Amino acid sequence: MEPLLAASLTDTFAGHLADCPVAEWLGVNFAAALLAAIVHVALLGAFFGVPAGIFIWLERKVSGRIQDRLGPTRTGGRFGWLQSLADGIKLLQKEDLTPKDADGFLFRLAPYVVVVASFAAFLFLPFSDGWIGSNADVGLFLMLAMLSLEVIGVILAGYCSGSKWALFGAMREAAQMISYEIPMAICALIPIVMAGTLNLNEVVRLQSGAWNPEMPLPPFLNWNIFHPVAGVAFFVYFTCATASCKRAPFDLAEAESELVAGFLTEYSGFRWSLFFLAEYASMFAVSGIAAALFLGGWDDGFGIVHGLKQSGYEFIGNTLGMGIFCLKASKLVFLQIWVRWTLPRIRIDQVMTTCLKYLIPMACTLFLAAVLYPLILATAGQRPQILPGDSSGERGVSSAAASADDVPRNTPVTTVMVEGME
Amino acid sequence: MTGEQILFGLFALLACGGAISVVLCQSVVRMAFSLIVSLASVSALFFLLNADFVGATQLMVYVGGTLVLLIFGVMLTASSPFVRIRTSPAEGFLAGGIGILFLALVAFTIGAVDWDATTAKLPAPATVATAGHNSAESGNTMRPLALALAGLRPDAPGGSGYLLPFEIVSMHLLVVLVGAAYIARTKRNARSAAQSRAG
Repeated sequence: MEPLLAASLTDTFAGHLADCPVAEWLGVNFAAALLAAIVHVALLGAFFGVPAGIFIWLERKVSGRIQDRLGPTRTGGRFGWLQSLADGIKLLQKEDLTPKDADGFLFRLAPYVVVVASFAAFLFLPFSDGWIGSNADVGLFLMLAMLSLEVIGVILAGYCSGSKWALFGAMREAAQMISYEIPMAICALIPIVMAGTLNLNEVVRLQSGAWNPEMPLPPFLNWNIFHPVAGVAFFVYFTCATASCKRAPFDLAEAESELVAGFLTEYSGFRWSLFFLAEYASMFAVSGIAAALFLGGWDDGFGIVHGLKQSGYEFIGNTLGMGIFCLKASKLVFLQIWVRWTLPRIRIDQVMTTCLKYLIPMACTLFLAAVLYPLILATAGQRPQILPGDSSGERGVSSAAASADDVPRNTPVTTVMVEGME
Repeated sequence: MTGEQILFGLFALLACGGAISVVLCQSVVRMAFSLIVSLASVSALFFLLNADFVGATQLMVYVGGTLVLLIFGVMLTASSPFVRIRTSPAEGFLAGGIGILFLALVAFTIGAVDWDATTAKLPAPATVATAGHNSAESGNTMRPLALALAGLRPDAPGGSGYLLPFEIVSMHLLVVLVGAAYIARTKRNARSAAQSRAG
């Protein structure tokens, strides 16, 4: 339990709760952890709901512009910026229907399964250095596991609707999700192997850095996307992530022109909007993973955040970092929206071919290359550094800090193998 | 009674309740959902016991993977949606007997184990660290597990890990996969050959 709970707040609360009788009955540490968890969940709830609303508005505006329309213009004065809220109010007023043939209990439960799975993934997003819901060492693994649970809600929704459209949509969605999870996970593994940790906070910390006056290379060359192997892996990952959010061109599960609305056919009102909320939130979540793994997370690339934190303005630096992280993730979400309104939907057999015949072999090859690349560098070039632009020496510094752990942190296995070869 | 114990009891109840409901439900979808509840509660129990990696694996492998396969297998082979599975009284009697025997075995085992023998070796609870890379004792089991599977155990005498068993298991899984694909394909080929002969 402890490694999964919010840590710094827990210590603060534990100090205040020492005399409280309820806390004593529950155990002071547990009560403090419970309070900290409530605070974190409330904060993350804002990051779950608000961006989703903004992205729904953005989707309408962008699709309008791409189709030479204006999109929403009037709600909320200009630009239709209150459109998502107006939609929400409208959806709340709709009747909550359950079809006669449906399995009522599971039909009503399915949207909550999807929302909970999508929200749980937010616990492991590193918004800024240490500003993370749960600084667990299994972070990314658990996050991918949580995101993969979303498909259960979709299958339940489709199967329990008692409608053939919904069943077809759910089955397509299940087949698609299961196949695309494999290349997605393999591509996400590549930066993990390079960093030697599954903790997303640590992965981003290894990519951040400051200007080095002796070396005129900007620190953003530390980002994994400038690594020859991981840079390619980013594009494969992003394709799979788009598919795993069932976004066009992979939106076979909804496929309005063929399946009415797929697994959403029988839903109305608030339950329908919960599916939408979860979809946009998980778009943000997978884009956040991409930003953290490949694009340097909260690092601005010019050493500003790093400099602010070095010179004592830690809170300002972290806030700026959070803004940068959200900006990066939002840009990737924008990319997904752009792709949706530009590319036509592909057929289900093409979806499967793309994954099984192209993406999985690509991901496996890239993974092998990522494992071999540092070995080749170390043996041929006598340079054990993975990235050429390690201008700040951040990697060296952080691995020295971790040496208290008595196990070297950076790719421990590789290090041992290289020593054995010499 | 601490909060951890309350949570543990809650999830243990959910795990048992889910398992009982798998047996009692007659609708296939509800059975599958009860199984999700049961397996997910077991993973929550792992988290409560400071085994974060095992808990995450339980979620990924059992809840995510196996269950989706189960849903596929059971639902797509059913002849109509909402198919009900009824058990005959004889089956119920037999299954109940086996269940009671198994319960007796479990109860006997629980009674026979000296539970205090390993208390000194258990990880100390409630050591909260701010940064990542905590020690395995505080529940971050990721790094020691990964090193052990790669053949390194710095803390163990001899220092050798589990690389060979790991490789054997992965080769075994590969063989199973190839075999499954081979068997499925032969059947389909035989059937299509029979159809073409009939046509």
